[in-house]
Amino acid sequence: MVDEETFAQLIDAVDRFVEERLIPAEPRVEAEDEIPPEIVSQMREMGLYGLTIPEEYGGLGLSMSQEVRLVERLCRASLAFRSLIGTNLGIGSQGILMDGTEEQKAHWLPRLASGEVTASFALTEPDYGSDAAHIRTSARRDGNDFVINGVKRYITNAPRAGVFTLMARTNPDDPGAGGVTAFLVPADAPGLELGPPDRKMGQRGAKTCDVRLTDVRVPQDAIIGGPRNEGKGFRTAMKVLDRGRIHISAVAVGTAQRMLDEALRYAMERVQFGKPIVEHQLVQALLADSQAELLAARAMVRETAALYDREGRAQLEASACKLFCTEMAGRVADRAVQVHGGAGYMAEYPVERLYRDVRLLRIYEGTSQIQQMLVARQMARRAAR
Amino acid sequence: MKVLVPVKRVIDYNVKVRVKADGSGVDLANVKMSMNPFDEIAVEEAIRLKEKGVATEVVAVSIGVKQAQETLRTALAMGADRAILIEAAEDVTQDIEPLAVAKLLKAVVEEEQPGLVIAGKQAIDNDMNATGQMLAALLGWPQATFASELKIEGDHAVVTREVDGGLQTVKVKLPAIVTADLRLNEPRYASLPNIMKAKKKPLEVKTPADYGVDVSPRLTVVSTSEPPARKAGVKVADVAELVSKLKNEAGVL
Ligand SMILES: Cc1cc2nc3c(=O)[nH]c(=O)nc-3n(C[C@H](O)[C@H](O)[C@H](O)COP(=O)(O)OP(=O)(O)OC[C@H]3O[C@@H](n4cnc5c(N)ncnc54)[C@H](O)[C@@H]3O)c2cc1C
Repeated sequence: MVDEETFAQLIDAVDRFVEERLIPAEPRVEAEDEIPPEIVSQMREMGLYGLTIPEEYGGLGLSMSQEVRLVERLCRASLAFRSLIGTNLGIGSQGILMDGTEEQKAHWLPRLASGEVTASFALTEPDYGSDAAHIRTSARRDGNDFVINGVKRYITNAPRAGVFTLMARTNPDDPGAGGVTAFLVPADAPGLELGPPDRKMGQRGAKTCDVRLTDVRVPQDAIIGGPRNEGKGFRTAMKVLDRGRIHISAVAVGTAQRMLDEALRYAMERVQFGKPIVEHQLVQALLADSQAELLAARAMVRETAALYDREGRAQLEASACKLFCTEMAGRVADRAVQVHGGAGYMAEYPVERLYRDVRLLRIYEGTSQIQQMLVARQMARRAAR
Repeated sequence: MKVLVPVKRVIDYNVKVRVKADGSGVDLANVKMSMNPFDEIAVEEAIRLKEKGVATEVVAVSIGVKQAQETLRTALAMGADRAILIEAAEDVTQDIEPLAVAKLLKAVVEEEQPGLVIAGKQAIDNDMNATGQMLAALLGWPQATFASELKIEGDHAVVTREVDGGLQTVKVKLPAIVTADLRLNEPRYASLPNIMKAKKKPLEVKTPADYGVDVSPRLTVVSTSEPPARKAGVKVADVAELVSKLKNEAGVL
């Protein structure tokens, strides 16, 4: 938690970086499917990798409420930039922070905060996505070590990662959540191989690929939280994802704001039937509906983040928030393209790309359907109490 | 060597400035303010001197409203060691004129004894381009304005100056005043961790009375007006028409 006055300065610095460096680099990222190395080092120098890591480990230690406000500003630029640091802010690092041992925190967190090391989160497998409790990657105990075998799919930042927060089944007799353990697996562990980069619909410059593990040996101390946390990995993963959902909601609000800004600018310039299209009522409806939903989503993210700061959890609210905010961003994307007419379908205009980029938000870290399921389940559980 | 860098809080360079309806000045209500861009360049140059081991301490000074603290914090986040705020104005509409600023800076210089003062060549709000020169005159120090390159050689500063149509290199004896032009360097971003650290660096608050300087205005703003609106352009059918218009209407061919 940073004091408000300093936080305002952080926001100013991020705004300026977004305007002067990130947004101008977007066409290059799109063309080359890579974030230019000088931008990566500038993001590192800015301290962006360490936003959520506590100050004692070299980060900024933002509260969830501050994180969502800052991430929202950052995500006015292409989501590929957010993806680069996203796993260090959230799913890659939070497991260590929430459940790690003191040694694990002291070893990894300063490196993650500085951006020296990128952490990835490896849960999904070819046969188990939404049904993550049933993952099959196995970690077989061998003395004081574990030997890991399996395949992880669509792993964000795997090509850049120095370490994986990786979920594997340590108890073959428990096929469900209770048999899963979270490990910290260094990327250079013998037997760990990366697949070719995935060819994606959007977010060019963001990287995912398969991670194949063949007899990868790690000591039992690689279990997040140490050996006593064997069998608790699914819980760690779910806590990480809970928090991640609030973060993704802020991402959705930020990118929706960008798309709406683009749509409004175009609508004020484009003239049809003798007047700027912003004066045509049906175009106004596209803009106004987007604005209203965007304001609602922003308020919802901030409220949920404040709840998380107060209570350390917000399961129902975080799921509801991710559901609403990412679906909202999808609708805003669709309307922003519509406002642009044919231009919205052309690569010369940012909305064409933003439309493709934003599609992912409704899929990863739990699809919209999974969020609906989680929300309803929590509602019933609370009502039954 | 200690380097002193005066920094001014001005309307952000991205803001579209609007003149108040009564022409008494520009509208500053709820407008984003930032460090004068030329001052940022000056701060950057001072920090580079420190990084090279030429300067030992960088002190930033701002004269203006209380909120100029934020500007000083930015200088501290960039790498200045400490800051002095002289609270001389009640609100943003009260501009402290260059002579008063120069007098206050003179007092600060006498107290701090820097070996070099690097200022921006001008502030982008009033474009006076006077403070550095006035300070040099008041102190009786040499000055090198519009610097595009600065080197310290022994007890001299070698400064390349951007003048109309070319460059001029001058050598001035230290202590001296240098004012920074656009091409002197590209200022760094204040990183987020450094912004956090800046809040722990010392920032001293003073008033003009502490230095016995009268800051009441000597100039009267008679009127302020927007530049004339640009007239709409015309479309020409072909090159022949363009040439004819350039020749007969614009008179440029
Ligand atoms: C670009 C990208 C990056 C990713 N990054 C990571 C990462 O870093 N780490 C990681 O571990 N994973 C990552 N993923 C994986 C992502 O989390 C999964 O793709 C997601 O959880 C959905 O799983 P699935 O693809 O197997 O789809 P499936 O689970 O097969 O779902 C297919 C469809 O069925 C629906 N469905 C499934 N179950 C139910 C149900 N019970 N009720 C109703 N509907 C249901 C889903 O909503 C969906 O519409 C990434 C994915 C992508 C595309």
